[in-house]
Amino acid sequence: MRDLNVYIGESHILQGVSFGVRRGGITGLLGRNGVGKTTTLRGILGLVPRTGAVVLDGEETSKLPVHEVVRRGVAYVPEDRDVFSGLTVEENLTLAERAGSQHRYDLVYELFPELKQRAAQQAGTLSGGQQQMVALARALLNADNRILLVDEPTKGLAPLVVRHVVDALRRAAEVATILLVEQNLSVAHKLVHDVVVLDQGRVSFTGDVEQLMGDPALARKHLGLAAAGSH
Amino acid sequence: MTTIALLLITGLGLGALYFLIAAGLSLIWGLMRVLNFAHGAFFTVAAYAGWSAANAAGGAPVGVRWLIAVLVAVIVGAVFATLTEVLLIRPLYARHVGQVLVTVGLSLATISLVQGGFGSDPQTFALPSWMTATTNVIGANVPNTRLLVIAVAALVFALLLFFLRRTRFGLIVRAGVENRAMVQALGIDVQRAFTLVFAIGGAAAGLAGMLAATYYGTIDPGRGTSMLIFAFIVVIIGGLGSVTGSAVAAIVVGVIQQFLNYYATGIGDFSVVLLLAIVLLFRPGGFSGTTT
Amino acid sequence: MAIGVAVAIVVFAALPFAGITIPGIFDGPLNGPGTLNLLGLCFVFGALALTYDLVFGYVGLLSFGHALYFATGVYVTAIALARWHWSLPAALALTAVVSVLLPLALGAICLRMRDIPFAMVTLAFAQAGSILVMQNPFGLTGGEEGLALGGDTLPAALVGVVNTRNVYWMALVLLIVVYAIAWRAVNSPPGRVWQAIRENERRVNVLGLNPYLYKLGAFVLSAFLASATGVVYLLLQGGANPQVTTADFTLALLVMVVLGGVGTLWGAVLGGVLYEYLDFRLIALANTTGVKDLPALLRVPLSEPLFLLGVLFIVLVLFVPGGLGGALRRRFGAALGGSP
Repeated sequence: MRDLNVYIGESHILQGVSFGVRRGGITGLLGRNGVGKTTTLRGILGLVPRTGAVVLDGEETSKLPVHEVVRRGVAYVPEDRDVFSGLTVEENLTLAERAGSQHRYDLVYELFPELKQRAAQQAGTLSGGQQQMVALARALLNADNRILLVDEPTKGLAPLVVRHVVDALRRAAEVATILLVEQNLSVAHKLVHDVVVLDQGRVSFTGDVEQLMGDPALARKHLGLAAAGSH
Repeated sequence: MTTIALLLITGLGLGALYFLIAAGLSLIWGLMRVLNFAHGAFFTVAAYAGWSAANAAGGAPVGVRWLIAVLVAVIVGAVFATLTEVLLIRPLYARHVGQVLVTVGLSLATISLVQGGFGSDPQTFALPSWMTATTNVIGANVPNTRLLVIAVAALVFALLLFFLRRTRFGLIVRAGVENRAMVQALGIDVQRAFTLVFAIGGAAAGLAGMLAATYYGTIDPGRGTSMLIFAFIVVIIGGLGSVTGSAVAAIVVGVIQQFLNYYATGIGDFSVVLLLAIVLLFRPGGFSGTTT
Repeated sequence: MAIGVAVAIVVFAALPFAGITIPGIFDGPLNGPGTLNLLGLCFVFGALALTYDLVFGYVGLLSFGHALYFATGVYVTAIALARWHWSLPAALALTAVVSVLLPLALGAICLRMRDIPFAMVTLAFAQAGSILVMQNPFGLTGGEEGLALGGDTLPAALVGVVNTRNVYWMALVLLIVVYAIAWRAVNSPPGRVWQAIRENERRVNVLGLNPYLYKLGAFVLSAFLASATGVVYLLLQGGANPQVTTADFTLALLVMVVLGGVGTLWGAVLGGVLYEYLDFRLIALANTTGVKDLPALLRVPLSEPLFLLGVLFIVLVLFVPGGLGGALRRRFGAALGGSP
């Protein structure tokens, strides 16, 4: 069952990226630095100009403006988190509320109780890990978000926080499909089922995560030396 | 001592006018990255519309006519601004320089039209007697118009803050000033916020135009452009995108200008320009620290 | 293309000897003082627009204060001649020095900022200059009334209606010289760096070049040339007028350059010439009986040249991004050749 099909044509960085994302799982989008993983996510949303087609559950979203794509149930958790520093935590969440959808504050506060405590705190004063929680919470808030595009959520975070994020993503996967970009391969290995690997702007491998990680030679070929030792 | 009090209050009055123009400019720049030269045109066209409306209501008492003038000016300002955004700014969405240029063209065209239709000489604006009377404040005899302008601007400031802090659109504007792309990535159509911000700016500019006519007792086609330059300076000193910054900067600029101009005409204007240069040298983002 | 330009230069140079009249385009014969004066002004504005295109079109610096340097040429020369009674060469020398030092000092400050802050500081400095002129410090500038050049301040060859042709030729020579200098500058190695800066300043940094110095160089060069056009303007007008110091004037420059096409030298010249011509003629048009009898609703807009120019400007920005120069190039590209 295909949830999201992505065929992104020429942009500066991507050259004919084409893959599908299975509904209800966590698919990993992997690859070395600079191969175009973030660009792919942004291309799906329409934040960068691209040619080609993006199909969501049978509907083509390629011609739609960004906010319309998002309204179809696509949530984005960017690499830099992009929380609004001048707004409070609560305001960041309120802003994310979409009309017509249920707002799962109970889920969000269950996963991230700290956010409830810090509701009135300015988001700019939060730590990196707390900002990541806000970013994830925003994506999970609307019940009709079918797919979450998550970009390197564990980047720069302490191991304890990383664990928290991993647990949160697992819970999130129960209610939505996730396309996860991750440089940290042990995290990726723990979370994802399918993988799509990019290399120099093209898809170089699709398949099961075990297929890739279980074979050190294959892992090294697609992901570089760092992959060979991880499990 | 009384001179100082008088200069201070007149300076605040001038600052109040600058704030009304600058607040809209600041939000438009902050949210849309558009340097809106047409703001002076909003000011002028709305002021003349209000003035004409007041004249058309010839029979009514002066106070009522004044009120009509202000109302018409605010509405015309808002409508003119909205039309500008929809017809001229929106089609140029990716071309920032083009957007600035088109506002320049609009400003040239409409202000010259006003000049052609009404003449370039200042004309009197009839004010109710209680406005032209003076009140004794700390020993100084201050014309009530100054106090009125300050009061109205303070009210608008409070309203703007309320709008920004307590409404959803205000939330969208505040977030959009920080990071437009992410607001869109939350499924929000920023375009509507653009139009709204332009409308608010236009309404405030129209109000400023009528209040300036009240302050000076006359209406004049060139005033919009000359006040606009100082309003730009206020916006930059106060920080692009910050309404509070504009308020503080407007007060500083207005008071300095008024004070120094008293001792030597033109020195005040000069000093404000100097102030801008100094501020920009040390803090390119203005006092609020928001980077362009 | 080059042949066409040479022919045009010869034609224009010979104009003062041509007694023909082209009704509708010009009032009076081609070699009459009225027409020559108008053409001279057109050349001056063409050259001025060209200097602005250097800084805005080629380097990408949106300066809102270019009028200041034009005004420098006008006022410094006027003051030296009319107030201090210097000889023309001495006055020109002073103007030349000021025209290098002033933009050097101001540019050094303004260029520390980019984009909009840069634009606003240049506007602010120009505004300060305008205020200064209006204040008539030490009675030098004549304030709002301007400063007229009396008959005894200039060499005889440049004074009087009879000698309009001499000033006309000066204007023509000015345009040619300014164009030549600009063309050389743009096609030189620094010129290419300018265009690189306009495209992507960071990349220029990466190449080990200091964009600040290049920008400053372009700024000073264009200001100096603008000042030169100011001097000829002064001679054509016979006096200095504070209108040239206003922000409106710089915005008019912007209109000229956009009208003609940003980033093409001859486009800017076209824009400047056309703008000045239209400004002049539209006022005359407004006074013709045909227009005077129109109902106010039509008459008023048609009588205001700035209205028509403003509307034209808006239309161009919306629909013809390359300006008239760009549009012409698209139609006649091959014939016009590839030169800027």
